[in-house]
Amino acid sequence: MSLRDGPLSDIKPPVAWLTAVALIIAAIVAGVLFIGDRPGLARSGPYVAVRRVADGATAKVGGILAAPVRWIGDGTDDVRGYFLAGAQNRQLRRDLALARTWRDQAVALAAENAQLRALLGAKTDPPLPMVFARTVVDARGPFSNSRLADAGADRQVVEGNPVLGQRGLVGRIVGVDAHASRIMLLTDVQSRTPVLVARTNGRAILTGDGGPNPALAYLRTHDPLKDGDRILTSGDGGVLPRGLPVGVAVKGLDGGWRVALDSDAAPIDFVRILLFKDFSQVAPPADLTPRVLPSTATEPPRAPPDAALAPAPAAPATAPR
Amino acid sequence: MIARPARPLPAAAWLGIPIATCLLAAVFLATPVRILGLQAPEPVFALVPAFAWALIRPSVWAPAALVVLGLCLDLLWGAPLGLWALCLLAAYGMIFIARGILSGQDFWVLWAWYGAACALAEGLGAVLIGARAGHSPNLLGAGLQWAVSAALFPFAWRLIERYEDADIRFR
Repeated sequence: MSLRDGPLSDIKPPVAWLTAVALIIAAIVAGVLFIGDRPGLARSGPYVAVRRVADGATAKVGGILAAPVRWIGDGTDDVRGYFLAGAQNRQLRRDLALARTWRDQAVALAAENAQLRALLGAKTDPPLPMVFARTVVDARGPFSNSRLADAGADRQVVEGNPVLGQRGLVGRIVGVDAHASRIMLLTDVQSRTPVLVARTNGRAILTGDGGPNPALAYLRTHDPLKDGDRILTSGDGGVLPRGLPVGVAVKGLDGGWRVALDSDAAPIDFVRILLFKDFSQVAPPADLTPRVLPSTATEPPRAPPDAALAPAPAAPATAPR
Repeated sequence: MIARPARPLPAAAWLGIPIATCLLAAVFLATPVRILGLQAPEPVFALVPAFAWALIRPSVWAPAALVVLGLCLDLLWGAPLGLWALCLLAAYGMIFIARGILSGQDFWVLWAWYGAACALAEGLGAVLIGARAGHSPNLLGAGLQWAVSAALFPFAWRLIERYEDADIRFR
């Protein structure tokens, strides 16, 4: 006998109340999931596994969907380039004249730099290996700014690797699947990046807020910041290598200092993932460890000045270790 | 006059198709392509069914479907898990409570309420993310996302028109 045919068939709980109860239960479930999800690299356990699977699947679907949209985008860019060819030609001529001047200065500076390095005996950082990837999914809302790249663990990408666009730092890897990885952009609300001001060597934390220009928080510099100051990664904390280009300082509408990102100057459809994990790649830890450690033995405590006058102490009850 | 028989709505039609459509639209708009140098906006398509389902009929499946939809958006966009589920449930709850006074209202009144529901969802998202990150997210970005999401109301109107009278027990 089914429930509909039984004595309970006349009982009809109000659907509106059941919906309200379902709504409350659903909100509790979502709230628990939200509280349990730790940000960025602190994520652990089932959250990592779920995101890994989801990122892998999304990258596949996004890659398929992105192809026709990319063709359309390329087509419109071609049309625009055709109509703007004259203006672009004039601009390129100006840029070329300027670039020739900079090239001469760069050659002179490179020679001077090499001489000074030789005098100081300074060693340059070894080049870091990198992989190239294409971004297939782009989240650009106010609460999350991230991208999926089509390179993952199969190409030695690991969480924490910095990611560069054509012009500068884009973000870093926060999740890795076998064939895809998620990049948290510098503009993400949860992004924090230690940076330095190239002119003053002052330090700050680049803090994303979901907008296009992340803020410079905890700014520590002797000289006041100026519009157009170059901002680079500082390498503090060992999260990122030092000296990666980030952008230039600009005054925000709120009066605080922000950064116009270099990566905004060009599309970041193609990215370079630096296979940098920590500074042990730059200098092997074994080389940094002294081979002969100083002795840990300490001198016996000195006798007080009047000890010579005092009677000799009794033998210790226990032998010293 | 012959009364129409009460027939339950097929869940696949009024829940399944909107879920699939919203996910497909979200994935499609997440492609990293600029048209004429401009990026496509990122509206929250899921706010359309969150609004419409609350008006069409009460159902225990609608909140569950919103949780699934919200979690899928979180995974797609890399947001904290549960964020968009909470935001969608807030919009749904607001409209569900006001359902009595919204039934039978005309297009423009419902659009205003839809805009308010979108604002509640975006506001809750900003508060939750702000509490988690320790500082306020960019409110201009949230405002832009609210505007493009609110512009999707004609889809919600179409969904309501399609299914509002399908089950006369809840008219």
